[in-house]
Amino acid sequence: MSELFRVEGLTKSFGGLAVSRNISLAMPAGERLALIGPNGAGKTTFVNLVTGQIKPSAGRVVLNGDDVTDLGAVRRVRKGLVRTFQVTRLFSDMTPEEHVTLTVLQREGRASRILSRFTGDSTVADEVHGLLGALGLVEVARRKVGEIAYGQQRLLEIAIALALKPKVLLLDEPAAGVPSSETPRIEQALERLPPSLAVLMIEHDMDLVFRFAKRVVVLAAGEIIFEGLPFEVAANDKVREAYLGNYANARSVA
Amino acid sequence: MQVIAPSEKLVAPSHTGAQIGRDVAGVLLIIAAGLAGYWLFPDNLALLTRVIAVALMVLSLDLIVGYCGIATLGHAALFGAGAYAAGIACVNGVTEPLTLIVIGAVGGAAAGLVMGTIMLRAHGLPQLVLSIAIVQLFHEAANKASAYTGGSDGLSGLMPSPLFGVFEFDLWGQTAYLFGLILLVFVFIVLKFVVSSPFGMLCRGIKEDQVRIRAMGAFVFPVLLKMFVISGAVAGMGGALAAISTQVVGLDSVSFELSANALVMLVLGGLGTLYGALVGTVIFMGFEHVVSSINPFHWMTMVGALLIAVVLAAPKGLSGLTDRLFASGRAKGGR
Repeated sequence: MSELFRVEGLTKSFGGLAVSRNISLAMPAGERLALIGPNGAGKTTFVNLVTGQIKPSAGRVVLNGDDVTDLGAVRRVRKGLVRTFQVTRLFSDMTPEEHVTLTVLQREGRASRILSRFTGDSTVADEVHGLLGALGLVEVARRKVGEIAYGQQRLLEIAIALALKPKVLLLDEPAAGVPSSETPRIEQALERLPPSLAVLMIEHDMDLVFRFAKRVVVLAAGEIIFEGLPFEVAANDKVREAYLGNYANARSVA
Repeated sequence: MQVIAPSEKLVAPSHTGAQIGRDVAGVLLIIAAGLAGYWLFPDNLALLTRVIAVALMVLSLDLIVGYCGIATLGHAALFGAGAYAAGIACVNGVTEPLTLIVIGAVGGAAAGLVMGTIMLRAHGLPQLVLSIAIVQLFHEAANKASAYTGGSDGLSGLMPSPLFGVFEFDLWGQTAYLFGLILLVFVFIVLKFVVSSPFGMLCRGIKEDQVRIRAMGAFVFPVLLKMFVISGAVAGMGGALAAISTQVVGLDSVSFELSANALVMLVLGGLGTLYGALVGTVIFMGFEHVVSSINPFHWMTMVGALLIAVVLAAPKGLSGLTDRLFASGRAKGGR
């Protein structure tokens, strides 16, 4: 299979503490991968390493055949390696429309222009409305983000990521903090992601993981301990031990 | 159970139209206020011109503090750079007023480039300390280079030629005031375009969350540096206006005190609207003028009391207060 994205032996230690150990992973275009693991397993650290927020102690990140390990976060985004945040990072005084417009302009290299209008470009406006429509945000497009529901803010995070036309999308707990009544909307949005996009999702909601992912990777204590199909995860002894500690063994004995 | 939310499309009306209307009204209001000052206080035009020069500096400070979220206590460095650039040029034979304003803008922009390059290396409190250090260094440099700047005696003997070759800078300061007012309105309109451009929105984003902006694929440093240069140009024009109108440039134009006062005026008026910068400057300097003539010994106490009252009653500044009044008025009218 033609791989789009690969990490090789990614390692990060803070002092003596290794938070990521020798993680290797590859994703083809169109991949739907879920990265799960107990709290403190190093999932968000992994996303930070991949997207360049922090520098790895060792290992490589390869996108589309190019080694991007030495590139900063901004350049990786421009190459198509895009993330969302576990806790929403949005501008509370701006509207969803403004967020996505700014992102589209930025992608086209027009966001730092002074002698230009922010609104009024109809191709940009059409694209923005297409994105907001796809994520069901048209109703709140012109409300300040601080005033819209948290679930809608999570959707806006995804809209911003999509506006960058990513090749690889890393979703850091897209449903975190969303009331269960709103999770179906997130799930719907995830189903509608462009088919060619490679998606890695960190998530704790196992129902969402099982419905979304074609492949699951389990991280524990900074290491990959399992890689395989979703239905195999629950049966795996190592995974049970990582999640449940000694209780897993106790139960299997009983 | 009922379905509560009716499906509503694009709730708010296109607010860009309303925004433009409000800005046109705002500019007309500035012009009206400026002309009112001209008719009402014909004996105080020198003070009013000084208010305009400082207002330009506070406007430029708003670009940095209000739109980019960078606190600085050294903004007079840019104002002073413009004042000295224009002053030195004027003493050396460049006397055309518009040219002097441009020279002031260039001087301020250059100082903004230097100041931005240094300050943007740090964040938070160290950044604030750097800004103070920079204005002190500028102050000391102006003091030491007395051959060019006149040192602590100030640079005097500026003789700007008539504006457009027609309007002399008269003793009563009429020309200087009207010239300053036109300059202020022009700069204000240009800045309104700047802050509503994609660049301006990017700055607002940077102010709220730099990590998010980087995750959108935008570099932060060049954007902020650009704003520092623009801000420097505006502050420099203010300095040049002060130099032309008073025909002197003193060391106080690169002082920490002026920097701190500018920040106080901005906070008083309200951050991030441009209007707040103007309101704050007028109120602060007007208050200072009135109170210091009533009680020359305790006027600073009164200014302090005013500031505390404003910060407690209207944390978003005086312009924020009017916004709130309008908002509550609308809400009442709507119901």
